[in-house]
Amino acid sequence: MGKRMGLTGNEAVAYAVKQCDVGLVSAYPITPQTIIVERISDYVANGEIDTEFVCVESEHSALSACIGASLTGLRVFTATASQGLALMHEVLYAASGLRCPIVMAVANRALSAPLNIHCDHSDMMGSRDCGWIQIFAENVQEAYDWTIQAFKIAEHPDVQLPVAVNLDGFTLTHCLEDIEVLDEGDVKKFLPPRKPIYRIDVEKPMTFGAWAMPEYYYKFKLQQQEAMENSIKVIKQVTEEYSKLTGRSYGVIQSYGLEGSKVAVMALGSTCGTLRYVAKKLRESEGLKVGVIKLWLYRPLPQGDLASIIDNVETLVVLDRALSPGAVFGPLGSDIASIVVKHNLAVRLLNYTYGLGGDEVSIDLAEKLLKLAVKVVEGVKPPSLTGYVREVV
Amino acid sequence: MSKYDVVMGAIIPKPRSSVENKTGGWRTRRPVIDVEKCVNCLICWIYCPDASIIRLEKYVAVNYDYCKGCGICAEECPRKAITMVEEG
Repeated sequence: MGKRMGLTGNEAVAYAVKQCDVGLVSAYPITPQTIIVERISDYVANGEIDTEFVCVESEHSALSACIGASLTGLRVFTATASQGLALMHEVLYAASGLRCPIVMAVANRALSAPLNIHCDHSDMMGSRDCGWIQIFAENVQEAYDWTIQAFKIAEHPDVQLPVAVNLDGFTLTHCLEDIEVLDEGDVKKFLPPRKPIYRIDVEKPMTFGAWAMPEYYYKFKLQQQEAMENSIKVIKQVTEEYSKLTGRSYGVIQSYGLEGSKVAVMALGSTCGTLRYVAKKLRESEGLKVGVIKLWLYRPLPQGDLASIIDNVETLVVLDRALSPGAVFGPLGSDIASIVVKHNLAVRLLNYTYGLGGDEVSIDLAEKLLKLAVKVVEGVKPPSLTGYVREVV
Repeated sequence: MSKYDVVMGAIIPKPRSSVENKTGGWRTRRPVIDVEKCVNCLICWIYCPDASIIRLEKYVAVNYDYCKGCGICAEECPRKAITMVEEG
């Protein structure tokens, strides 16, 4: 079994990449992920790994270089954040459309303006529909674990899609955590070399990036969607195997304290830790029962699993860390509302935004929010069904 | 197995599919070569983006199966031996 190390989120992701026998990394440093690629370049410079490290002039070029390398059959990694992800936007669609199993760490951070380098999920939500599998880590251990699992998911023959591993900027990227890392041999066994289905080969010429006429284009896009849907099964298989290997339990959703709770809160990323802490505290000190639902897998949305969980609560508070100006709900709120409608569920839905530009939800604020949720289920009318957490509670 | 009968990622695993797709039908004007003026300098052959100039012994000809009628050959011909003629 592995050893314990004190690593920041960035260092943990870089360490996972080091262990995954990655053929090429191309990236352009952007805060708060800079340290991921810095560490990888250290490993390369020190001769610890024989990964090709390609310095480029922008994130647009970084992902473009990754696509080219991925098409040659290599295992490929990159990392980015906020404006960097926004600059990659059009290339994200090319990566998924060309079915490149690239893994990318996204250190979630607010988008300008105003200038702000702190955490929220506006970056990934802005590229929500780019056809990438999107995973959100809660802590540094998870960022490490998901990076390794992401390669196996992406490269599975039934998937062949890129994966974005999201970790909250600064909250996770720059915080030191005592984590357990796997032995190199275990990673090698879990993650054998990539077996590309098609690859660029001068001996066997093929066309990549072809034009598709209207009568074909939609078929390629629907086939991509089909692969997205198929990936849920694969992700469950991979997480099960990884859980057995590490003793750390992974899946698509992690829920806490749902038994006997009429009310639950749902979120992505590091805030789930705070919510769980407060839910446990309220349960033990005041006998208040609030469940916490952490969504590891945001895309594809595990709608079946979510529907059966949501079906057991009366009130659900969905927390969004990104604003969708002019919309009724935030991105996650809208997703959950669509599940409620499609699966004909009887649940009262509240959708609040929080944590924009690093405005963290403190324990006090989380406690007020959870108490509000409990009151709602007892029949008290909430001040608002939507809004910003700090203003609502 | 996919229910869609297309190759993942719009990859074309078998080369030379461009030979099967005759693109001559896209043409609105056709290059006509005046073999009296042609000195076989092959500038058109170099410039043609669709490899549609056929090299013959003493002059060149056009492969109308693939020529899209862009007119670059006529523009570049130093002898003005190529004329673009409206397709009937």
